[in-house]
Amino acid sequence: MMSHEAFVFISYAATAAVLLGLLAFTLADGRARKRELAELEAQGIRRRSQAVQGGKS
Amino acid sequence: MTDTTVSQGWFTGLANPTRFLALSGKLLPWLAAASAITLVVGLYMSFAAPEDYQQGITVRIMFIHVPAAWLAMMCYSVMAVAALGTLVWRHPLADVAAKSALPIGAAFTFLSLLTGSLWGRPMWGTWWVWDARLTSVFVLFLMYLGLMALHKAMDDPARAARPAAVLTLVGFINIPIIKFSVDWWNTLHQPASVMRLDGPTIHPTLLYPLLVMAISFTLIFFTLHFMAMRNEILRRRVQAMRRQAAQSIGGGAIGGGAIGGGETR
Repeated sequence: MMSHEAFVFISYAATAAVLLGLLAFTLADGRARKRELAELEAQGIRRRSQAVQGGKS
Repeated sequence: MTDTTVSQGWFTGLANPTRFLALSGKLLPWLAAASAITLVVGLYMSFAAPEDYQQGITVRIMFIHVPAAWLAMMCYSVMAVAALGTLVWRHPLADVAAKSALPIGAAFTFLSLLTGSLWGRPMWGTWWVWDARLTSVFVLFLMYLGLMALHKAMDDPARAARPAAVLTLVGFINIPIIKFSVDWWNTLHQPASVMRLDGPTIHPTLLYPLLVMAISFTLIFFTLHFMAMRNEILRRRVQAMRRQAAQSIGGGAIGGGAIGGGETR
């Protein structure tokens, strides 16, 4: 059987891996969504609320 | 009357996704910094704490296992409140909050199961038993996965919101079952030793690191949740803009742009 230290180490390493993985996934997701928004805006597509505001002014 | 109007205005203001993006954007750096500081302090205290007289060094698994398990349940409770927001008040951000909490809750539940198993092997002599506490937490993990699958199955988030909210509220029955499983049934898992009516039964040298780690995990949860909510708002914006663009192209082909193609330009 593994030593007690190994059980503790694997627990902390797995927790770090899962939480860092979640953080990396969330950051990458945010970056991808911002890129998509920027591409749409570059194509001249505006949100309805922005289009209405633009029309009024 | 005046008070109601004021509070409704404040409530509606907060419910506005644009307002939420601005507020959360200001709050996030502070939340992230607080999470990092409490995590460093918590980890230092965890490793500076004395070993348990019976469990030896494996007691250090408690400092991540117990906060992960608390957060697994707190995340589901946050989702249940959000589900009420979707069903009762139709709060625009409620479904965004519930959906974006799912992967975080699933991650904390997975961690509580994994670290529990890694603690159980040296202390109980087994990785897993189908006792009431372990089984009910496993059911919670399946609930998170099921709700994620439900959201994935529907393209339109507006259609997924209500069935997901109903399912979340039905599944909330599992939370008190998890909490009291160790009192109601004979389990291998020990009964509560921190959240007890007669006070914690853990020695302060082990209790304080545990509480700091719990605060840290809670701050980490809210940091990740705010980040995921912001992403979800942007995802829905992209989806709405694409739909709008497709409609304006479709309108242009069929009716000469009367639907909105001309207006947006």
